[in-house]
Amino acid sequence: MFKGIDFFPHGTKWDIVGKRRWFIGLSIALAIISAVLLMTRGLNYGVDFKGGSLIEIQSKVGDLDIGQLRDKLGKLGLGDIQVQAVGTGNEALIRIAQQADEKAQKIANEKVVATLGDGVTMRRTEVVGPIVSAELKRTSIIAVIVSMLGIFAYVWFRFDVQFAVAAIVALIHDVFITAGMFSLLWIEFDLSVVAALLTLAGYSINDTVVIFDRIRENLRKFKKMPLPELLNLAINETLSRTVLTSTVTFLAVLALYLFGTEVIHGFSFAMLFGIIIGSYSTIFVAASLLIAVGVKRDVWAGEKKVADKPSGSGAAAVKKG
Amino acid sequence: MLHFTRGKIIAILSVCLFGVLACLPNFLSQATLNRLPDWLPKSQIKLGLDLQGGAHVVAAMDVEELRRDWFEKLREQIRAALRKESLQFSLSNTPAGIAIRLTKPEDMDAALKALRPIAQPIADAALTGSSATDVEVRREGSDNIVLAPTNAGLVSRVTQALGSAVEIVRNRCDPGGNKEMVVQRQGADRLLLQAPGVEDVKELEPCFDVAKLTFHLLHASMGVEEARGRVPAGYEILPGRDGQDYLVDRRSPVTGEQLTDAQPGFDQRTNEPLVTFRFNQSGARTFGKLSSENVGRPFAVVLDRKVITAPRINEPILGGTGQITGNFTIAEANSLATNLRSGALPAKLSIVEQRVVGASLGADSIKAGQRAGIIGALAVVAFMTFAYGLFGIFAVIAVFLNVLLIVAVMSLIGSTLTLPGIAGIVLTIGMAVDANVLIYERMREELRNGKTTIASLEAGFDKALSSIVDANLTTLIAGIVMFWLGSGPIRGFAVTLSLGILTTVFTAFTITRLLVAWWLRMQTDRKVAPPISFKPVRQ
Repeated sequence: MFKGIDFFPHGTKWDIVGKRRWFIGLSIALAIISAVLLMTRGLNYGVDFKGGSLIEIQSKVGDLDIGQLRDKLGKLGLGDIQVQAVGTGNEALIRIAQQADEKAQKIANEKVVATLGDGVTMRRTEVVGPIVSAELKRTSIIAVIVSMLGIFAYVWFRFDVQFAVAAIVALIHDVFITAGMFSLLWIEFDLSVVAALLTLAGYSINDTVVIFDRIRENLRKFKKMPLPELLNLAINETLSRTVLTSTVTFLAVLALYLFGTEVIHGFSFAMLFGIIIGSYSTIFVAASLLIAVGVKRDVWAGEKKVADKPSGSGAAAVKKG
Repeated sequence: MLHFTRGKIIAILSVCLFGVLACLPNFLSQATLNRLPDWLPKSQIKLGLDLQGGAHVVAAMDVEELRRDWFEKLREQIRAALRKESLQFSLSNTPAGIAIRLTKPEDMDAALKALRPIAQPIADAALTGSSATDVEVRREGSDNIVLAPTNAGLVSRVTQALGSAVEIVRNRCDPGGNKEMVVQRQGADRLLLQAPGVEDVKELEPCFDVAKLTFHLLHASMGVEEARGRVPAGYEILPGRDGQDYLVDRRSPVTGEQLTDAQPGFDQRTNEPLVTFRFNQSGARTFGKLSSENVGRPFAVVLDRKVITAPRINEPILGGTGQITGNFTIAEANSLATNLRSGALPAKLSIVEQRVVGASLGADSIKAGQRAGIIGALAVVAFMTFAYGLFGIFAVIAVFLNVLLIVAVMSLIGSTLTLPGIAGIVLTIGMAVDANVLIYERMREELRNGKTTIASLEAGFDKALSSIVDANLTTLIAGIVMFWLGSGPIRGFAVTLSLGILTTVFTAFTITRLLVAWWLRMQTDRKVAPPISFKPVRQ
């Protein structure tokens, strides 16, 4: 019987917590770069957040001449018009800036469609008015905040407030740097990217929680072990799991990124990058943060009754101790 | 942990069987479905507009217009109430409401008594037992009364107006009810229209016209140019479809509300498209009287404050029927007739968001989604088999059942599959194996620590449980927030992601465990060899 290959190194004793200054320093540097990018360059908001129109066209005959298209549409005097080639060369995305009001927007769309002529088919048209785009922006911000609060509350109840603080800092780090990446690469930032960021928040915390679980278990098991050593042990013990899981999810999302349509490119890119940054923060930052926030080990080590684990290791450890 | 009672096994297998049955309709044709016995589940997953092609339109109701209409109506009511008591007064609009200034302050009590009945209790407030009214009648100083519309009053008006707008738009866009359109309210003042198969919003736009039809007399002697700058009292200038302006009487003795029918047709002489209509009894009577008193004068047929046509009244029109001509195209005549039949909208609806996906892009998206799903799944299968061998295949079986259960639940609850929804499923494939990775890595660890195979397998499931639940619940929080706040496609993603999390926890703790338990029972050797390879710890 094939039993698989245990290819990942085990029993590693990497001193990640000892080098935490480097990793936390790197994270702070990345966060500062992201902040600067977001403040100076901002995000390449899609039609969801910026308002205006987006038209995806496909040529009925041969490839599209993007340059010529840009010239022709630019002459219409409708403000900022972007033409971007997508797919295999016979498709393009046209973005029309938000016009004075809904009526003007409608007229602008009609002008563009008339200019394009009969040689193309409209694959997709999205028009978002100013009120809706402002609303979508607001709801997205609320959604991000509410999920963060929800996750914070959950980690707080399941663990302790120090764990929750460390987890949420790692989480904000991931989401923030991913947003910075969108600014750097000037990838369109739309509603589906926000969905990706929320999922990322859930996914990245997932990794962190697994390590925290192990830290809690070790706190009960090894009452005398110095905290940095204990955290290192937890990180190293769960390392194979963190990397394997991230790899599997990465593979699945990579398939989405490579074979999905234009519509979900932003989404899958956010997930791909987020998985990497999430794993990085899980392994190199989150546990170290526990030292920074001053985790109270006696809460777990000295506990007589373990309410959240009716059976299993926790109870067993307490009995032995 | 690895012992299953017969009852549990039956329960787990029935869930799986049920999953397969609930999934099946998605792969069968409608004809085959009809032949199946009734007790089998038959509902299929609905495809979202981004996959089947169609238009998603959100229109906002003009709340300001509703408020203006309401104020206009209130002024009429105030005038009527005070005149009935023969009180002298003047009216003015203030930011707070309508201010009534009494000429004689001693009329105050009588005026208050006459005005109070104008305030109506709010319908839904009556249910909750509160005594809220739609307007407040307030005395200010010795000779002033203010009628202030309350916020609750406006909200209840908007709610009512939106409710009837939903009905009207549905009747206009999908009169037969067979186009599978969705028309529903969204938020406080919005209306959502989802029209599968519609690739041009132009087809839907006429549904959002107010279609308020009114009939006005034109000014008897004064021309429009003469009236510019000094419009006579009771008259106003309205633009016409022909580009000309008209000076019309503000009053409209008959309106579209008094129509019983409207049909598109053709002019018998010119073959020009037109709309014929029929008044109800009171409309016919009023219109007859109006036309017989004004023979020789032109009158205007006005639609949404635009003069469509302004013919001369050649003879009294007594039959209660008429026709409107106005250089219509056939499509315009059709939609005007439909709009008149369905009645006027309570206020203007303007399109604030539209997303239209062509059927070809939808088909491409499905293809791309399927390809990404299959390739992603294959990569996961290869990886899991490489890392865990037979147990990796157990994990793959669990993930396969997982996807099956997601599809089953979505079919049963009639949920909509969108492209982000497909992404959610692909993501679930990746994340679902996480539970198995957690369990298997734990087993390896226990094996390394020198435990027996059985103890390690037990411990793997046992100790990974809390991690798996924690990890998935946090993602579920994000999923629920997305469902709560998201719209359309994002909701689709939230649904598959959240369902995926629930089914993941289920499959990891039932299917994988059951398969491992069965594997264990098949082992004849008392000292079972470890089923997954593990490297001893380096010292």
